[in-house]
Amino acid sequence: MPGADAGLRHSLTWLVLILASLLALALAVAIGSETVQPMQVFAVLRGEGEPLHRLLLLELRAPRALAAFATGGLLAVAGALMQVLLRNPLADPYVLGLSGGAAVGALAAMLSGLGTALISGSAFAGALLSTLLVFGLAHGTGSWTPTRLLLTGVVVAAGWGAVITLMLALSPAERLPGMLYWLMGDMSYARSPWPPVLTLVLACLLLLPAGRVLNVLARGPLQAAALGVAVRPLEWGIYILASLLTAVAVTTAGSVGFVGLVVPHMLRLVLGNDQRIILPAAALAGGILLTLADTLARTVLAPEQLPVGVITALLGVPTFLYLLYRSRM
Amino acid sequence: MVLETCDLVVDVPGRAAGRALNLRIEPGQVWGVLGPNGAGKTTLLHTLAGLRPPRGGTVLLDNAPLPGWRRRALAQQLAVIFQERQDGFPATVMETVLIGRHPFLSPWQMESAADLALAEAALTQLDLLPLRDRLVSTLSGGERQRVAVALALTQTPAVWLADEPTNHLDLHHQVAVMTLLHQQARDGRAVVMCLHDLNLAARWCDHLLLLYPDGEACWGPTDDMLVPAALEKLYDQRLAVGEVDGVRVFVAR
Repeated sequence: MPGADAGLRHSLTWLVLILASLLALALAVAIGSETVQPMQVFAVLRGEGEPLHRLLLLELRAPRALAAFATGGLLAVAGALMQVLLRNPLADPYVLGLSGGAAVGALAAMLSGLGTALISGSAFAGALLSTLLVFGLAHGTGSWTPTRLLLTGVVVAAGWGAVITLMLALSPAERLPGMLYWLMGDMSYARSPWPPVLTLVLACLLLLPAGRVLNVLARGPLQAAALGVAVRPLEWGIYILASLLTAVAVTTAGSVGFVGLVVPHMLRLVLGNDQRIILPAAALAGGILLTLADTLARTVLAPEQLPVGVITALLGVPTFLYLLYRSRM
Repeated sequence: MVLETCDLVVDVPGRAAGRALNLRIEPGQVWGVLGPNGAGKTTLLHTLAGLRPPRGGTVLLDNAPLPGWRRRALAQQLAVIFQERQDGFPATVMETVLIGRHPFLSPWQMESAADLALAEAALTQLDLLPLRDRLVSTLSGGERQRVAVALALTQTPAVWLADEPTNHLDLHHQVAVMTLLHQQARDGRAVVMCLHDLNLAARWCDHLLLLYPDGEACWGPTDDMLVPAALEKLYDQRLAVGEVDGVRVFVAR
């Protein structure tokens, strides 16, 4: 909301979020099997420092940290969009069965013994297939409503769930750990940070001018139409964009849960419900959460690596239940 | 700005066409739409707003058919107060009322101080200022109804289309909202509202449109329309008629 004190509060919010983002990324590159001191991190950033540190930071940790940050941002933005689209603050990016499609694609590739690149490609194809399936079926012969979309998505997700269980049951034992890690979300599948980073930047640029129209849509389609919004094209656009963002995130890191649900929800409780603020704030806060979660996942049981989805769920479930318990909705 | 209908037949599913409407709603007029449940009052209002296509005929605003209007330009002239609203998604009273400025702002523009002042004036006029930071979902039905009226007021329309604007309101606020709409008409706007209360219609509307369940309709100045026999037929209900302060009063027998 505009106004002098609101403006000050927002400046403060951005300052905190940006500093926290930088701090999270710095922690992610500094902490690990070999802890790098802050001065040494600066040295590497200046192009100096020991070769081992350079390798560790620039080749291994920095790409993973960036990938985690971007994936978290993508999931949180996609979650915020889905929540507006379905007019339901408890929707998440996976609610429409997209992660199920991606998981079936990824597991099928793993079962066939394909390499990481093909696993990613197959996951992306599965996510898009699921998107088209839900969209087509929800469109059907009748009218296209959020309720219909939600029900179609939930049923399609249940179908994917059955297929996933079947594939796990039929898989040889030696492939199971990799599959389970993928299903829980794992940053070690991230090979290059650039697809999620570029997608996130493009999505934010695209969404910046769309914030107010999303505020209007959240008041319901009839009210939005009466305020001059072309509702149907807007809803399709949000659905397609949120699906693409989720597909890129799932392809990067498997199905990491709770980021898309918890982050927008927490931000709303603190910042109100102006999508012009919530969407960019979700990109940063989602990034912070997943970067920190992945750093924890790498270090808690080092040298073992936990799937990051376990950490986000363990953090997310109690936080979310607490917020829900406290909220007035 | 004149809102006109030319041989308009609203699309009520499963009903014969009935009488085509040729209305001319001029600035300064307050029209009341009366009829029993399911007569098509809301459908008519949505059709007048261009939110659903008619079965036949056209709606013209400022002599131009509605489909030819750009949605945004239309929203700058015409506001709708809906009977059913989706207040499920959390937003404060102020945030909700401010979206009435949406049709006037470009995508990159934030609300200006003038927009904020309009919203605050609307909140003040509807006794909502103390509630400005409350979530709409936590308000009572009557308070939400006033938020909807404040939203439309912030939209500064030339034509008001209000679907039962006094729904859920206590007596004081019923009068306050009717006075507001009446004042809007005196300031040169056109007002159309669906009503169930014959007494509000008798007191505040200068024109009435009676919609019968079978699609029949008649319309004209209020004095000509408030014929007890016609109203009894309209509602299938016997009425007692009296007079208080020079205004006719109707009570169901």
